[in-house]
Amino acid sequence: MDVATVPGVDPHGAPRGPGTSRPGLVPPSWGWVWKLRLPRQPMLRHLVLALGGGAVLFGVTSVISSYDDYQVAQIGFTAVAIAGLSLLTGANGQISLGQGAFIMVGAYGAGLMLVHTTLPVFLALFVGVVVSAAAGVLIGLPASRLRGPYLAGMTLALAIGLPALPLKFSKTFAGEQGLSINPLQPPGTVDPQRWLAWYVLAAVLIALVLLGNLMRSRYGRAFRAVRDDEVAAALSGISVARTQVLAFAVSAGAAGLAGGLRGLATGGVVPDAFSVALSISLLAGMVLGGTGSLLGAWWGAAILVYAPQWATSVASSLHLRPGQGSNLALLFYGVVLVVVVLLVPQGVQGGLRQLAASTGRRLRGDGAVRSEGVSTVKPTLREGEELP
Amino acid sequence: MERFVDLTLNGVTYGMIYAVVGLSLVLIWRATRVLNFAQGAMAMLTTYIGATLIEHHASYWAAVAVALASGFVLGGLIERVVVRPVETGPVLNPVIVTLGMLVALEALAGIIWGGGLRSFPAYFSQVGVVVGKHRVAFSHFDIYVLASIVTVLVLLVVLFRFTPLGLRMRASAFAPEVARLLGVRVGRMLTLGWALAGVVGALAGVLVAPKLLLSPTFMDAVFIYGFTAAVIGGLESPLGAVVGGLGTGLALSYVGGYLGSTLEALGALAILMVVLMIRPQGVFTRVTSRQV
Amino acid sequence: MSKMKTSGHRRTAGTIAVLCAAAVVVAACSSSTNNASTSPTVRALPNNTQGVTSNSITIGATAPLTGPAAPGYSEISPASNAYFKYVNAHGGVFGRQINFTVYDDGYDPSKTATLTRQLVLQNNIFADFGPLGTPTVLQVKDFLKTEGVPALFVESGCNCWNDPALPYTFGWQPPYTVEGKILGQYVTQHLSGQKVGYLYQDDEFGQDGVKGLDQQITGSNVVGRQTYTATPQALAAGLGSQMSALKAAGAQVVVMYTIPAATVLAMLAAATIGFHPQWVISSVGADTPTLTGLLAAFSHGAAGATLLNGVISNAYLPLLTDSSNPWVVGFKKILAQYDPGAPWDGNTETGLAEAYTFVEALQAAGRNLTRSALVQAIEQHGKTFASPGLVPFTFSSSNHFGMQGSEIVQKEDGGLTNNVVSPRLVSTLTGPISTESSPVSTPPANFGS
Repeated sequence: MDVATVPGVDPHGAPRGPGTSRPGLVPPSWGWVWKLRLPRQPMLRHLVLALGGGAVLFGVTSVISSYDDYQVAQIGFTAVAIAGLSLLTGANGQISLGQGAFIMVGAYGAGLMLVHTTLPVFLALFVGVVVSAAAGVLIGLPASRLRGPYLAGMTLALAIGLPALPLKFSKTFAGEQGLSINPLQPPGTVDPQRWLAWYVLAAVLIALVLLGNLMRSRYGRAFRAVRDDEVAAALSGISVARTQVLAFAVSAGAAGLAGGLRGLATGGVVPDAFSVALSISLLAGMVLGGTGSLLGAWWGAAILVYAPQWATSVASSLHLRPGQGSNLALLFYGVVLVVVVLLVPQGVQGGLRQLAASTGRRLRGDGAVRSEGVSTVKPTLREGEELP
Repeated sequence: MERFVDLTLNGVTYGMIYAVVGLSLVLIWRATRVLNFAQGAMAMLTTYIGATLIEHHASYWAAVAVALASGFVLGGLIERVVVRPVETGPVLNPVIVTLGMLVALEALAGIIWGGGLRSFPAYFSQVGVVVGKHRVAFSHFDIYVLASIVTVLVLLVVLFRFTPLGLRMRASAFAPEVARLLGVRVGRMLTLGWALAGVVGALAGVLVAPKLLLSPTFMDAVFIYGFTAAVIGGLESPLGAVVGGLGTGLALSYVGGYLGSTLEALGALAILMVVLMIRPQGVFTRVTSRQV
Repeated sequence: MSKMKTSGHRRTAGTIAVLCAAAVVVAACSSSTNNASTSPTVRALPNNTQGVTSNSITIGATAPLTGPAAPGYSEISPASNAYFKYVNAHGGVFGRQINFTVYDDGYDPSKTATLTRQLVLQNNIFADFGPLGTPTVLQVKDFLKTEGVPALFVESGCNCWNDPALPYTFGWQPPYTVEGKILGQYVTQHLSGQKVGYLYQDDEFGQDGVKGLDQQITGSNVVGRQTYTATPQALAAGLGSQMSALKAAGAQVVVMYTIPAATVLAMLAAATIGFHPQWVISSVGADTPTLTGLLAAFSHGAAGATLLNGVISNAYLPLLTDSSNPWVVGFKKILAQYDPGAPWDGNTETGLAEAYTFVEALQAAGRNLTRSALVQAIEQHGKTFASPGLVPFTFSSSNHFGMQGSEIVQKEDGGLTNNVVSPRLVSTLTGPISTESSPVSTPPANFGS
């Protein structure tokens, strides 16, 4: 459509027509809304998303109830744990069933700092991140030799075995009773749960921006290259083992942050809280939300936090005995996992992306398909395979 | 010395159970390349079915037979309905599906039979036999467990190596397209693989329940150690699962006996890591070099 | 090419610096140093009447309704609820109906943290009644204190509930250490000279119990101390190694601080290796209906329940089979009517008895019900509460433990009969053991109808 042929509009910007006396004023039109794009440069894009999301969350948390704020905090630290796992399993293709163990390392790291020293909270959290990243390197080294189910087996053994350490060295780690962590002191009359939610969200958003940038950087490309074809990656000069160890370290660091925040939120660190079920539920959350996607981590976290509660309330509205009620909730939870994976295998984020893409196409009226591609985990090569 | 003998026999007894679970996992892996995290829960369900029959005054052997049969049906059903749609596609999806089944089956058992502990009978005496002057930690029941497992192993080897059905199943697993071209009903072979694994798993449940007491979560840890056994032995090899199981059982028994029970799980982790560092694909997997 | 790279790096470095600065600013704004607070101050309870209306009282609890700790323990809260329904059917307390919500934490302390916050912040409970477990409740004790929520009659015998830093938290059952002292004294007096072995759970429960045992049993008589962890993984490997160790050490008496599942596993393992010591089992793991059911199928049905013959244990509630006891009669009626299908065993008996104490406390607090009134009522009048317990409560303003005593029983007839072999004994954590002489209280007439 040629602007010059539209009556009343001067191609040089000055409209002619009744009511307009000052040159240079353009009457408002809303066409620009549809043309909005996020900035192209990754760092800026992530910052805009984080700040925008943060503003929305700030607004939301300021009006919802105290317990809902607590749940938002839970979603926050669960999301960063899932994001770390997404990087390791989604982007780098290493199946890990041991994310819970790294959360525990970070929780104890931050917790011991908070209990025994006068470090400010964010520094204690940082210590937790560093300690669990170091643990990630330690585990990543042997893990880089393993593939597929063997890696899964090793990380599962890690998830089961590591929680025995605080029980064995109970003098340092306060054994079964665990560490008792004082809650954050909010300023003024701010509700403690609200303050916790803001704090957790700030820390999590910062971490997610960093993770997002990493995923877009050459390291992220190296992760995906190793996942897709190890041999080709090695031929291009990428050190496969080093990349995999780095992925473990970063993923563990994210888990460490989640652990420290979790300790702050629940008020303590006990070994019983880091069971195998935690690692398994994080894996499930990642797949449900969308593997390899940072936004998907939020969906997965929300599902993990809300689904069991929702299922319990459905069961109780059926007036079942409390034991039967929670079994029904668990049954529902398991069925949801199966059904969602069968029907929406790319997870919530993948499904939304497809929906947005097709809707966007229709609205824009052009035929260009802006496909970003949904990260998928390619099947690992079957080694040692031969007809017996 | 007696302590060592007791610990060894204890380790062998439990190790055989882990071997059986590992065996069922290997069967499923060889058939469909899926890690079935719900294997323990499926075995739990079939054991509960057997226990219900016994409570209604059925004989032990009838109950065991029904448990095995329901393991066959359950395994085949789950593969056909739940796992088939996710066998292709992202590797993670079958993992999540089987995890979902694990949660759902345990909850179902809790709803139907309640969360309480139950006992499951052992047809043979569980009191250790007397050797010389000592009573050793190996009973008639343990002999029966050993015999059952060896029988199952032999039957499986015979099936896969010497029968046309076994050949069809192996072909379906490794070269499905070619097998289809040759007239093999690949889908049915996959389902059969899961069904057989279901029977083996059900056997494990029935053999271990007298020792451990029946509850919806009683197979959780057995599954985890069986999984460890399968991984150590190499997921391709049934013999590897058996050796891995015995090794795991012995190691856990010694660690628990000499270093304290707190360190048992850590001991399993350490052993797994050491084995996998030396042989990243498990001990019994034949490694072929990759052509670039 | 390199120019682009450098500028890209510079931009990235710059933005990272900005982010870190932002993080520092945010962190500095939150004035949190989080050091352990030193002085426990008892301030006026906030929200003193939360959960109380003119016609209802809302209370809640967390309990392991599913998961490895569920066998047995999942029955306690529903039994309490049965008693509340009975009270509600008879007009409630000062016209207020009791609404009791139980959430399943699966014995996972992080779930306890979430669910307790849900109970307090969303369900607006008046008090946390009978939350179960030691590590689970320890996770939320500070939160409950900050919110001013009374944690009444915690289902755990940990020594931790009598803590001046937790002014609204009360225990109910005898602390494990006191139980251990009483059991230990029996061993020293009636099994003197014999070699003793311990099997205990490797956490607060077992360790507190052993503290009590060690106060009474001479160290040189203890030939073995074996532990186990109450995780599914550890129990799945059985307790064979622990039992063979005690057998090798020559133990003639084995004292167990175990949960029922572990008790059975230990006894089965011992029978397998032909080890038959005198079993002394703390009340937690000695509930006969639970144990007999589990042992019944041992070895082709034979010689299962007879494993329980001669077992020594302690009891602080009326014996389940004592049909002449009006408490037992009444409780069974209430259970049959308001929680049909629930078994009559030590767990349901505990649930009913605790609920009875709670209702008594509500009545003692008066018509003008507030949290501080309830706490004061327990502290000032708790000693005189009627209760099915075999020993009286010891509540006071300086002591938040409930019962602190037991009697010793010996099982016969496969555990169906319990013979009382000692008088009722009471003690404290550090004091001497003495005989209780005050009579057992009786319930009101027509109790249970």
